[in-house]
Amino acid sequence: MSLAHDARVSVRPVSVAQRPARTWPEINNPAAWIVAVILLIMPLIASGFFLIEIFATTLILGTMALSLMFLAGYGGMVSLMQLTIAGFSAYMVAVLGVSSNANISLGWPWWLAVPMALALATAFGTLGGALAVRTEGIYTIMITLAIGAAFYYFTNQNWAIFNGHTGINTVATPHFWGVNWRADIPFYYIVLAVAALCYFAVEYLSRAPFGLALQGVRDNPRRMAALGFNVNAHRVAAYAFASFVAALAGVLQVWNYRQISPGSVSVGACIDVLIIAVVGGITRPIGPFIGALIFVLLRTFALDFLVRLGLDGNRFRCLIGLGFLAIVFWSSDGVIGLWQRWRQRRGADRFSGGRSHG
Amino acid sequence: MDSVARRLSAVGAGAALELRGVTRMFGALAALTDVTITVRPGERRAVLGSNGAGKTTLFNCIAGDFPPSSGTIRFFGEDVTHFPPYERIRRGLRRTYQISALFPGLTVQDNVYLACRGVSRGRFSFLRPGQNDALMHAADNLVQAVHLSAVRDQRVAELAHGQQRQLEIALALAGAPRFVLFDEPAAGLSPTERAELIEILTSLPAHIGYIIIEHDMDVALRVVESVTMMHNGRVFKEGLPQEIQSDPEVQELYLGGGHE
Repeated sequence: MSLAHDARVSVRPVSVAQRPARTWPEINNPAAWIVAVILLIMPLIASGFFLIEIFATTLILGTMALSLMFLAGYGGMVSLMQLTIAGFSAYMVAVLGVSSNANISLGWPWWLAVPMALALATAFGTLGGALAVRTEGIYTIMITLAIGAAFYYFTNQNWAIFNGHTGINTVATPHFWGVNWRADIPFYYIVLAVAALCYFAVEYLSRAPFGLALQGVRDNPRRMAALGFNVNAHRVAAYAFASFVAALAGVLQVWNYRQISPGSVSVGACIDVLIIAVVGGITRPIGPFIGALIFVLLRTFALDFLVRLGLDGNRFRCLIGLGFLAIVFWSSDGVIGLWQRWRQRRGADRFSGGRSHG
Repeated sequence: MDSVARRLSAVGAGAALELRGVTRMFGALAALTDVTITVRPGERRAVLGSNGAGKTTLFNCIAGDFPPSSGTIRFFGEDVTHFPPYERIRRGLRRTYQISALFPGLTVQDNVYLACRGVSRGRFSFLRPGQNDALMHAADNLVQAVHLSAVRDQRVAELAHGQQRQLEIALALAGAPRFVLFDEPAAGLSPTERAELIEILTSLPAHIGYIIIEHDMDVALRVVESVTMMHNGRVFKEGLPQEIQSDPEVQELYLGGGHE
């Protein structure tokens, strides 16, 4: 039998029937359906505060962390500039669109300002990626952190475009078809739709040639080159995709707070995105959203809790830091990994050897 | 030898691989010195030599993992000396690694699928392959050909050593290879697995030539028709397997010593 000949010419259907369908694992998972339904009917059960301050904020931060999860989990590239890209996109929406800083904002309508902001932020992130892919491991972290820090100080000092440390305030949000899309319920659905779109796009890509090749680059870049792949081009393309996701989150963020200032793009905030992704788990796209929920809940409620214990309320970061340490020590794949192992153990007890779906 | 002559005439004249004065320095150390080798299309050759003779460095220069310090490398007439590895692979060159270089986080099927995808269009495709995807079928066939169908959906990290070596070969045979570099494919294989390896190598289509680095003479000399002997980064001797085997200098250097 001739190997390579077969491989090239013959297209016999070899045991196609046996192959597990490469579809969405969630379709067979009742828990995923329950979560989806709860998210959809959330406005019926949650007050405006919970809807926006907890859930919309979680979804926005989760989408930013998702862009890091895509790079780190599939591509093995830890980028600390994902928040910077989101912040750049947010600034562009404010600068190109309408705000109370009339001397800076160009006053474009949102449907012009937003695509432009997305394009510019994607280009910015792709350029940063093109610099970062020349390095590996800790040096990628250093370069992307340097880009984040540089952008933070630049926004602080530049008054012509970024309006210095005061930032840009009262950014206009879209009104059309007679709807104020920044009102709590419409805005929640916009955020939910964008987050879901990004989530499913990442999930889908992980099994497409582009995503598979990225995982190959993560596992063994040298072999990928020896299979005919241009490894650096693949990495830059991954940065471009992740930048677009982060840029979408940035648009939502500036609409959420209606302002953007250097404080939102600080180095600390950049690292928060890393913490969210790692605590949630960077092996699967759902991880960043779980991490974001934990982060937002702690940030919102740890204050009261700590004050009741007689501690300074601003120490919520201490709790997050301890949680981060615990996760890094005991579950390198985050909360998602803990959950998976718990299910596997339970599944193994019940039907000896039963495997979790994913 | 008759079948060899027929095979070689079938693929025409010209060299598949032509190295002229290839030298590779690591700092002050010359890993390869003035290596000149010509391999015809379809020719199968063994490269022998002790540890440090420069065999794997030779492969790394040919495949482009790192470029030679001087000299030229031609692949089917084209000067590829300064091409990145992926450009050489897209032109029909393949290689395997002495220490398996696989994608442990992916399944066997996905490993082979990536190999098939790497030498065809759509490397950046955002669309998942469908049920009738031609490359999926090509990957299925390759998995079957190296006897790995039973573990097709397992992650490579879970495979036994022998299975990883077989997968290593499958990755190098994806697409339409014209010339393959096998770096010690039999390393760590059991006698049964060695027999399977010999069968795989001898059943390759006639137009596919290869160079094989192999310490096991029983394997090496059964699957090649010519031998290059290397020593200290230089080509020491070239010839037919039986000539090399009976050459007193070679025996002194390589085959003797440890055996008696």
